[in-house]
Amino acid sequence: MNSVEQTSSVFFVLGATHHEAPITVREKLAVNDEAVGALHLELARLDGLREFAVLSTCNRTEFYGVAANPEISAGIQRIFCDRQGFPETEFEAYRMQLQGRPAVQHLLEVASGLDSQLVGETEIFGQLKEAYALAQNRQSTGPILNRLFQKAFQAAKHVRTHTAITTGRVSVANVAVDLAQSIFGDIGETRILLLGAGEIGEKTARAFQSRGAGSLTVSSRNIEHAMALAKSLDATALPFENREPHLGEFDIVVCSTAAPGMVLSLESVRTAMKRRTARPLFFIDLALPRDVEPAVAELPNVYLYNLDDLAKIADENRAAREAEIEKCRQILTHRTEALWRQISGSAYPDGSLSGSVRLSGQ
Amino acid sequence: MLAQLNDRDWLWIAGEFYLVGFLLGTWSLMRGGRPSGVAMYGLITAGYLMQLTGLYLRGMAVGGCPLGNTFELFQFTAWSATTLYLVIGVTFRTSLLGYFTACLSAVLTLSSLAIPAWDATRRAHIFGGNPWIEFHAALALFSYGVFALLALTAAMLLLRNYSLKHKRLGGWFSFLPSILDLDLISARLLGTGVTLITASLIVGSFYWLQDTASVNHAKLLITIGIWLAYVIALIMRLRGNLISRRFAWTCIALFAVALVSLGPVNSSRPPETTSQRK
Repeated sequence: MNSVEQTSSVFFVLGATHHEAPITVREKLAVNDEAVGALHLELARLDGLREFAVLSTCNRTEFYGVAANPEISAGIQRIFCDRQGFPETEFEAYRMQLQGRPAVQHLLEVASGLDSQLVGETEIFGQLKEAYALAQNRQSTGPILNRLFQKAFQAAKHVRTHTAITTGRVSVANVAVDLAQSIFGDIGETRILLLGAGEIGEKTARAFQSRGAGSLTVSSRNIEHAMALAKSLDATALPFENREPHLGEFDIVVCSTAAPGMVLSLESVRTAMKRRTARPLFFIDLALPRDVEPAVAELPNVYLYNLDDLAKIADENRAAREAEIEKCRQILTHRTEALWRQISGSAYPDGSLSGSVRLSGQ
Repeated sequence: MLAQLNDRDWLWIAGEFYLVGFLLGTWSLMRGGRPSGVAMYGLITAGYLMQLTGLYLRGMAVGGCPLGNTFELFQFTAWSATTLYLVIGVTFRTSLLGYFTACLSAVLTLSSLAIPAWDATRRAHIFGGNPWIEFHAALALFSYGVFALLALTAAMLLLRNYSLKHKRLGGWFSFLPSILDLDLISARLLGTGVTLITASLIVGSFYWLQDTASVNHAKLLITIGIWLAYVIALIMRLRGNLISRRFAWTCIALFAVALVSLGPVNSSRPPETTSQRK
């Protein structure tokens, strides 16, 4: 339905996302918190721009707005590119521009994590909330954007609850933490040993810390590396040669050394298990070649996952999320229709918008 | 209309509530979802109240704790397991425990109702229905309810262990509690069950010592055998000699033996005569 109003407005979104723009471009277009404030001031002076909000994350920089005419986006683009020192002609090559109902659908999909690079991630929900809160604080939102954003948040929560779009972790480090929770429940009380001071081990250790892991110990063939990493992780260091005698004291062992052979033998794990009575022991072997003797997996109460196992689970989770995309999109399309009908009948309290938002760009 | 329902009617309704809980859980799991904790808890609570009413009516009719035949023993065991679930299910937030409890209670309740022979003859009260002996029997049966729930958590422990060892973590495996939580619940249930059955045997032994001929050897051997097996399992578990799969399988096997032994133990008592019924 396209209606013609006495005073029409258009809802639009303008920006660049990971779909079109490579990281080298996105990092030039990203707007930090301070710059967003200055940008808000400039955009507020733009004649005909009635409402707007700016969303800038590592994967997208987008302007959501309600304007008297669709041409206003050219003004936004000019101001934005000038501020960023980015050529307008180049921006147009990566530009994403939607109006009307598709723009509403886009907002709902962004809020739900459906448009994210990592489909189903929930960080975008918080980032969109922050962008909306900032716009509200700067009084650049109005009846249309308020309703759209609030409905977008509701839709995102609905999709998260009623589909499997956010289930299952899709990074190796987070899959490892999920597995640890399947074994130990609350990981706050677990003791973690990090064998090796490499990048992947560090990432995994940080994933554990971000999810509440308490005690962390680092051990590396190079004690300086171990101490440096232990310092940055607020952990303790353990001499590498002491790893086997102390093995029984740990619940989770993350291995990522570059050692040419096994660093934990079946016999050492068997001995460690004798000291642990009924408490399980979880090995995450991220090293290539592997650090833990594979036969360890046969011991009762011992669980061993290597890099391939974790990657396979992450891939399965990713595939499961992608299988949910169509289901989510149907839900969001339905909600977009309903929302579009609502805002088509809405008006500004002062009567400046006596009709409704013009349904353009369909 | 409700006043016209007899004890067996109430027990049928209870069994049907449990069955609905089990079917609802199965349906949710087959659709890839987690059974609703509230719905499951509600259905089991409803079944529990119906079963309590049925057992109360039966108790009033027989003038004591309804533990006079295999039918009543199964009903009481199911009721005991459900009682415990209603406490533990909330504490540990283990929603699949509700699903498994609904399954077990439905099986015990409905199968005992479906076999009329199990309810055809009641056995005589030993020591003439002495309340302490009733207490001894009720405690023993309640411990069986605890062991029933233990068998369920042990089965869940096996499934969780299987999923982690074989790296099959999707689907309904993802709804299972953690290994450590299940192990902790199981160990506590084992300790509780052993405490109850030990208390039951202590109470019973006072009366048995007064008249050793009152209990036949078969019942005595089976009862002590089961008690001893659970005590050994507990000691081994506490010492770390019985863990993980072996611990879980032991708990399941012991409960199977305990359940099968209910029939022979009950049959060891003479049938109740008409004059003994109140």
